[in-house]
Amino acid sequence: MLDGEGHKVTIIDTDSYSFRRLPSSFQGTALLGNGLSQASLQKAGIKDADVFIAVTQGDNRNVMASQIAKHIFNVPKVICRIYDPIREEMYHSLGLETISPTRVGAKLIREIIGR
Amino acid sequence: MYILIVGGGEVGFYLAKALISEGHEVLLIEKDARETRRLTEELGSVVTRGDGCEAAVLEEAGAGRADMLAAVTGDDEDNLVACQVAKYRFNVPRTIARLKNPEYEPLFSKLGVDVTVSGTELILSHIEREVPTHPLIPILKLDKGGLEIVELKVAAEAIAVGRRLRDLPTPPDSLVFMIIDKTKGPQIPTGDTVVKAGDEVVAVIKQGSEKALRAAFTGS
Repeated sequence: MLDGEGHKVTIIDTDSYSFRRLPSSFQGTALLGNGLSQASLQKAGIKDADVFIAVTQGDNRNVMASQIAKHIFNVPKVICRIYDPIREEMYHSLGLETISPTRVGAKLIREIIGR
Repeated sequence: MYILIVGGGEVGFYLAKALISEGHEVLLIEKDARETRRLTEELGSVVTRGDGCEAAVLEEAGAGRADMLAAVTGDDEDNLVACQVAKYRFNVPRTIARLKNPEYEPLFSKLGVDVTVSGTELILSHIEREVPTHPLIPILKLDKGGLEIVELKVAAEAIAVGRRLRDLPTPPDSLVFMIIDKTKGPQIPTGDTVVKAGDEVVAVIKQGSEKALRAAFTGS
């Protein structure tokens, strides 16, 4: 989506197999590496990044990667996905910009039922 | 003291055992059901099953009255989150995280983890103690003041040998407060104390001025 809108996007994943889902039109960079490693993040150009998004399957990995981006590399905008709504609430109150798909999904379902 | 331990692997098991034998109240939190049963058989009813990163689990574990939480799972990110939940949600006074990758140490201390313990760092510091090319050994980091206590062994060829402490170009904000003399043992030095080969110099310095202190003694 972001790539299609003309933004410069770099994706980091520990498994190159994940990159198979990228469309052939993808203009950005796919980088094999650990998003918690400062060396990998630097290789991905985190120092010049305007936005950092952590959306791995692990809440704690996302939390840690986001905090590295925010507190070590001072990325201006950091977005962190946390499935666990309670954990999400806490990190939100600690100043992380967080999204809980669980909470959002539950709310949507609730709205559908309510109609 | 009431101490929560997150992670029932080898480290968590032996830590719990040691703390119990010292008379502390301990609760070990382990995610895996089978491991929890095994640990309960070994340690008794001081083990509970759950994810120590979850606020609900910590709440049930009595985190509100815990004096300390030690997160010793094999995953650095899990240890970070367990410590942060303990600190920011339950105001646990002291949090300790085991670290596999020592690179995260500054991040963890910035994010509310009081103490980090890294096996890699520990072994490294012992190697540095043995290897003369790294004569500066970090002993204790005092994070709030940005200070550090270090030890330095004076080699025979060091430029400081035969000179008075006050004449050495030690960095500002540094204080040599103990010299362990090979024959006389630990001494509190004055500016007139003459440095000898084989002395172990213990100093408190500003973090980051390790190189300057080393240079003042070794000349390199």
